[in-house]
Amino acid sequence: MAAASHRRATEDPLWAKVLVIGTVMAFLALVLILPLAAVFAEALRKGLDAALLAINNADALAAVKLTLITAAIAVPFNAAFGLCASWAIAKHDFKGKPLLITLIDLPFSVSPVVAGLIYVLIFGLQGWFGDYLVDNDIKIIFAVPGIVLATVFVTFPFVARELIPLMQEQGTAEEEAAVSMGASGLTTFWRVTAPNVRWGLMYGVLLCNARAMGEFGAVSVVSGHIRGLTNTMPLHVEILYNEYDFVGAFAVAALLCLLAVVTLVLKTALEIVQPGVRGRGGH
Amino acid sequence: MWRARTLDDDQTMTAETAARRPPAPPSKRTLFRRRSAIPGFGLTMGVTLTVLSLIVLIPLSAVVLKAAQQSPAEFWAVATSQRSLAAYRLSFGAAFVAAVINGVFGVLTAWALVRYDFPGKTLVNALVDLPFALPTAVAGIALATLYAPTGWVGQFLTPLGIKAAYNPVGVTIALIFIGLPFVVRTIEPVLRDAAEDVEEAAASLGANRIDTILRIVLPALAPAWLTGFAMAFARGVGEYGSVIFIAGNMPYKSEIAPLLIIIQLEQFEYARAATIAVVMLTVSFTMLLVINAIQAWARRFD
Repeated sequence: MAAASHRRATEDPLWAKVLVIGTVMAFLALVLILPLAAVFAEALRKGLDAALLAINNADALAAVKLTLITAAIAVPFNAAFGLCASWAIAKHDFKGKPLLITLIDLPFSVSPVVAGLIYVLIFGLQGWFGDYLVDNDIKIIFAVPGIVLATVFVTFPFVARELIPLMQEQGTAEEEAAVSMGASGLTTFWRVTAPNVRWGLMYGVLLCNARAMGEFGAVSVVSGHIRGLTNTMPLHVEILYNEYDFVGAFAVAALLCLLAVVTLVLKTALEIVQPGVRGRGGH
Repeated sequence: MWRARTLDDDQTMTAETAARRPPAPPSKRTLFRRRSAIPGFGLTMGVTLTVLSLIVLIPLSAVVLKAAQQSPAEFWAVATSQRSLAAYRLSFGAAFVAAVINGVFGVLTAWALVRYDFPGKTLVNALVDLPFALPTAVAGIALATLYAPTGWVGQFLTPLGIKAAYNPVGVTIALIFIGLPFVVRTIEPVLRDAAEDVEEAAASLGANRIDTILRIVLPALAPAWLTGFAMAFARGVGEYGSVIFIAGNMPYKSEIAPLLIIIQLEQFEYARAATIAVVMLTVSFTMLLVINAIQAWARRFD
């Protein structure tokens, strides 16, 4: 391999490698790294104290709390759904399976704004249940339940699409063996299936959580933007930005960037611990 | 649908075998669980269908029903108003251009990640997923600040006469950010699985490297490339958070279709909002069918 003439036929010449890697690095620096750097630079423009002050106030903390509450409901819900759906789909045979998988994937093809709109049409004042909800003094739209619903919708497929291909790949032999030896369905799930899919489940939950905490469009439609009450972190970023409080907006944005970085680190760690966890479901 | 199959099976039985058949088994569940001894099908399928209907299917039907409350003429007037048409043109046009640009750089990125070793590869690999992990509003304000006339990048574009932010160009920039991982992550596994021996064969038969790449490698990547392109395009058409900060949001000029829905909503024009939503849903579902068709087509070569 010492001389260039000995390079394998499928290996590109050095100049091509340098050109491709250089182009890719320049492109990624421009498209991905620069925005990330800009967030931290803008947040720290007036020093660390100003940035910390923007995070450590009642409105910002209320937004952080609402974001955490929303994710704490939406992510376990979708994880439970994903486990249910993948058990039914991957471990059993029935007609119309591709259609069902497509329907579960549907929320990924729907604009976030439309995802918010559908719940306004159902639970809003003029919606299907508008009169009933007003009469009984139940608030869903412009309140926390609407925010949770919209978040559940946009993150709906994450866990399921991770687990379905994984469980299909693993087949049913181990579960059948367990059942034939007398294990109950639940025991089979906990002792056989769950250990096999735990990395895939974590991977799906990780991506689901990142989207749940970061969702903007769908939540923006149903939230009503009431400070301290129905403002999630991304919505708080928008309000501050539109008020020209750039340090405040970018300080909260930097917090969300940290979330993204932690997500990517954990995701990379999962891929190292369990090679092949990526790419089954795409996304 | 899966019920129908078992009924058909029964009907194909002759009267004689039917008569000799033992009485119906106490549990019909064996009919559902075809070729599977694993329990829990009824429960998990029931939960799946119920939750899917309540969260996704019934709410989505609300938007269609709302739009259908208008007369066809009203629907058509809203769906094809000058302002709506301008918004679709921008959303679809910018999403298309961004997907093409991602198509080029996405292939290069996937190629570098799969075929080359270089320092910082793990970092680059993790970074590619940043648009999946970063909240769109954060990307939006960061890009708007970068490409504003005084921003880090914008200050170099202004003397060249390029107005990036608050312009369709800005919309395209935001959609490039959003769409990149879709292209890279769809091409990457295909490239990884692609047999290098075909390339070796081409080379040993006298093809030079460029010919091999153009005529052997790229055609094999075509289905994955098209899938990634379609996914990036579909995501771009509906994207809102990363776009509105940099778009400028001028009616007829830099107003994207999802923003038009929000504007109609704020004016309590629910039927009009639903109309534009139905147009967008129709396009998204068409894209979904196209993606499925491409993947079915690609499986024929396996």
